[in-house]
Amino acid sequence: MRVILFLMRKEFLQVFRDRATVFQIFFIPIVQLLVLSHAATFDIKRTALAVIDADRSTMSMELMRRMEGGGRFEVVLVQSTAAGIEDALLTRRANAVLGIPRGFAADIARRSPVTLQLQLNAEEGAAVGIVLAAAQAVVADFARSAGPTGPVTARVVPGVPLDIRTQGWFNPSRNYKHYMVPALLVSLTTIMGLLLTAQNIAREKELGTLEQLNVTPITKGQFITGKLLPFWLLSLLIFGIGLVVGKLAFDIPLRGSVPLVFLAAAVYLVVALGIGLWISTFTRTQQQTMFVAFFVMLVYLLMSGLFTPVDAMPRWAQWAAEANPVKHFVFIMRAVLVRGAGLETVAGPLIGLALGGAAVLGLAVRQYSKQTT
Amino acid sequence: MSAFAGFVRKEVYHILRDKQTLWILLLMPLVQVLLFGYAVRTDVRDIRLALVDPAPGVASRALTQRFATSPRFQLIDVYRSPLPLDEAFRSGVVRQAVVLPADLDRALLGHAPVSVQLVSDASDPNTGSIMQAYATSILRRWHDERTGGNPGMRVALATRLRYNPTLESVNVFVPGLIAFVLTIISAMMTAISITREKETGTMEMLLVSPLRPWAIVAGKVAPYVLLGFLNVLLVLAAARLVFQMPLRGSVVLLLAECLLYILTSLALGMVISSRARTQRTAMIAALAGLLMPTLMLSGFIFPIDSMPEPLRLVSNIVPARWFLLIVRGIMVKGAGFAALWGETAVLAGITLLLLAVGARRLSVRLD
Amino acid sequence: MTPIAIEARELTRKFGDFTAVNAISFQVAQGEVFGFLGANGAGKTTAIRMLTGLLQPTAGSATVAGHDVVHEPEQVRRRIGYMSQRFSLYDDLTVRENITFYGGIYGLSTRDIVERMDALLARIGLEHARNELVGRIPLGWKQQLAFSVALLHEPAVLFLDEPTSGVDPITRRRFWEMMYETAAGGTAMLVTTHYLEEAEYCDRLSIMVEGAIAAMGTPSEVRRAFGADTLDDVFLRLTRPGAVA
Repeated sequence: MRVILFLMRKEFLQVFRDRATVFQIFFIPIVQLLVLSHAATFDIKRTALAVIDADRSTMSMELMRRMEGGGRFEVVLVQSTAAGIEDALLTRRANAVLGIPRGFAADIARRSPVTLQLQLNAEEGAAVGIVLAAAQAVVADFARSAGPTGPVTARVVPGVPLDIRTQGWFNPSRNYKHYMVPALLVSLTTIMGLLLTAQNIAREKELGTLEQLNVTPITKGQFITGKLLPFWLLSLLIFGIGLVVGKLAFDIPLRGSVPLVFLAAAVYLVVALGIGLWISTFTRTQQQTMFVAFFVMLVYLLMSGLFTPVDAMPRWAQWAAEANPVKHFVFIMRAVLVRGAGLETVAGPLIGLALGGAAVLGLAVRQYSKQTT
Repeated sequence: MSAFAGFVRKEVYHILRDKQTLWILLLMPLVQVLLFGYAVRTDVRDIRLALVDPAPGVASRALTQRFATSPRFQLIDVYRSPLPLDEAFRSGVVRQAVVLPADLDRALLGHAPVSVQLVSDASDPNTGSIMQAYATSILRRWHDERTGGNPGMRVALATRLRYNPTLESVNVFVPGLIAFVLTIISAMMTAISITREKETGTMEMLLVSPLRPWAIVAGKVAPYVLLGFLNVLLVLAAARLVFQMPLRGSVVLLLAECLLYILTSLALGMVISSRARTQRTAMIAALAGLLMPTLMLSGFIFPIDSMPEPLRLVSNIVPARWFLLIVRGIMVKGAGFAALWGETAVLAGITLLLLAVGARRLSVRLD
Repeated sequence: MTPIAIEARELTRKFGDFTAVNAISFQVAQGEVFGFLGANGAGKTTAIRMLTGLLQPTAGSATVAGHDVVHEPEQVRRRIGYMSQRFSLYDDLTVRENITFYGGIYGLSTRDIVERMDALLARIGLEHARNELVGRIPLGWKQQLAFSVALLHEPAVLFLDEPTSGVDPITRRRFWEMMYETAAGGTAMLVTTHYLEEAEYCDRLSIMVEGAIAAMGTPSEVRRAFGADTLDDVFLRLTRPGAVA
């Protein structure tokens, strides 16, 4: 026990002695959290819209006005023909093209159905869905205000309107940051914790100080605890600071029990750092270690539901994700902080994490041998 | 010249002998392409939905059927009251709920609006909006069917999705993936490798040898150029073979631009290594200054158009941003050099600037 | 404590087909300074790694400080000290912090640590550098410090792997004086070295050639056995290609 304290003391001395290290470990992740959170959003602000107006009537002007009025589109180009439109799309001068056919206004006056053409640049994939929805909303609105279809005779049954009242729970302000900041925080903490742990041990291996420790009577358990505990504490600290910063700078929701989140973080970090340690048992140089650790971590982060929903993954991937500690921690974080869930909901994943931690540590202890073969 | 060749050979041996790194170098891009192609998706499917139907009747049963059979939704349960919703949403079992009024059948006959509540889990506002749109369209169609018509002008919107009509996630992610992989290999690994020589003191030895400083760097960097290029080929091959990703533009142009970006990454790695004293510093600098911006600010995952103005300005100096536009342009949109010369020029300019900065700092001094 | 501090019996280590250490046998007594010589690649480092429990022997056995290296490695580690070629003191910790750390690792009480630290620093004259980062201390001092730290827990046996490489002749002599002092106290020492003049300082020595011991005895015994004037000559004779029968 005392031995572990000595080991820990050495680690802390080494970390806090060097100002550059403290800067790197604490300052950089927090700065990244502050800056990058603003980037993490799919909220398209204004799409550049080109209009091919073959009708050139007040009605088409009205339509264009409405498109801009919603704040989602900005008309950058109006022409009467399609000349040069391809180029505009290619060079991204416009990302959407609205085609208003000749006779638009006349058709509206006659109350006969009319079809508009919309082209959207889908190179960025699913993001186009939002633009499409925005366009559809404007058109539907326009259609409603233009009055009923068909000749106005008694045959038309006016029908009962449908009133859909929408509610968005947990994020009424639709603030994307509330969703992403916790995700970023988890990524940054995981990256720092795992990489630092792995790299630290690799460095001692390279320098030869690890061999020196191998010749002493300290046990494997003492060594591993003495290495993990300091970085575990540091990572937890980074996480804590990150939560505070998230609250102050972004007003992230803290609806559930924060101590519960910390408990989950504490257990999670044992798994994450344990993986880092385990990696360092079979690598030889720092370069190797950082590379392997980084790759492993990348896969974990991508498959965790942090950036893309787990629900969207194919079945086999969802199964695989069950073995991913990051996924469970993200679930717990979001359930507790954003949805205000309690212990009953997160008990399952929490126990999973605890078991995972035990397994990883056991693996690391077994793998770590004072001897080379 | 033979001293240089010998040096490059040593570097190649270093890498070849390092089986673990080599495996991962070749495996990583493949795994990522597969992940991005198969697993990492942004489409919304299997939405777990619950219906609250206080007075089930013909109309509400019809609606229940629609949701139950829709491929987009997964009907979890039909409740009699909204009470269970709280816990269901909180625990994540349900992500969307449709609450029907108690007098639905009567309302459909009368002249009062039929008021339906649509509750969506908006934790992820993006998914929330999309779920809402899907549910709304089902509701509207159901309502039209029940009431025989949609009052209002029938204005149809014929939509054509250009360049990536099926919204294949591969098409979206592969270009970014290439940039990402190159950033790791050509920038981060190079930075760490050069810093390693500094840290272990072998840099000293090299500097005293007849090799000029630039030759040392060039030699260190050469294998990673090759590796980077190899990786690009692997990613492209995997994307084309496994996912039939289109390559509508010129292959030659594409590879040329990739070479340019490899050079950019190398220059970045050089700049980092010229300032870092230990490998750990190089790693953290590469992470914070290269990898995260490439991931977050280049348009790889999050569209640049969505970012606030200051970040959009910052993204202009992230080389990956320009590279992404170029690769997407060539592969997905079939653009030629004429459309992309601007972006290429910017990328080339950034590269030259970085090379100049890195070269200047690479003095004979050791710190 | 047995009078035999180190005993190797047919100690062997193979790596695949390659035999790095070939059935070597020798003994080192308490308080003896035993020189472990040999060309690069002769197997010295491999042998030491087996004796310190860092490597499993393929065959044979060894007893160090009264315990079997294969079956009781942890007890062995408690009673030995190790000074490697790379020093292995933490450059980014001060002298005091390094000593405190290693003392704690070996289970010394705080009082013991403080007492021994004071004595140690006084002996090598580094009191003024107590709070200096080890990385900033000149090589000669560092080496003496590493030696003293290896002895902090008063081991029965001390292994030294090329302890004086890169150090000036005067410091080297002082180092050997330190070693004699320590040996006089009963600590057995096994030293590997390249400097053949240093070999003359040893009580007994062995010369390894291609994994086997080709010569062993006191310096004068070995010289006489090969009819040579200096150990240098013996060494050259043994390591010339085809010299070993």
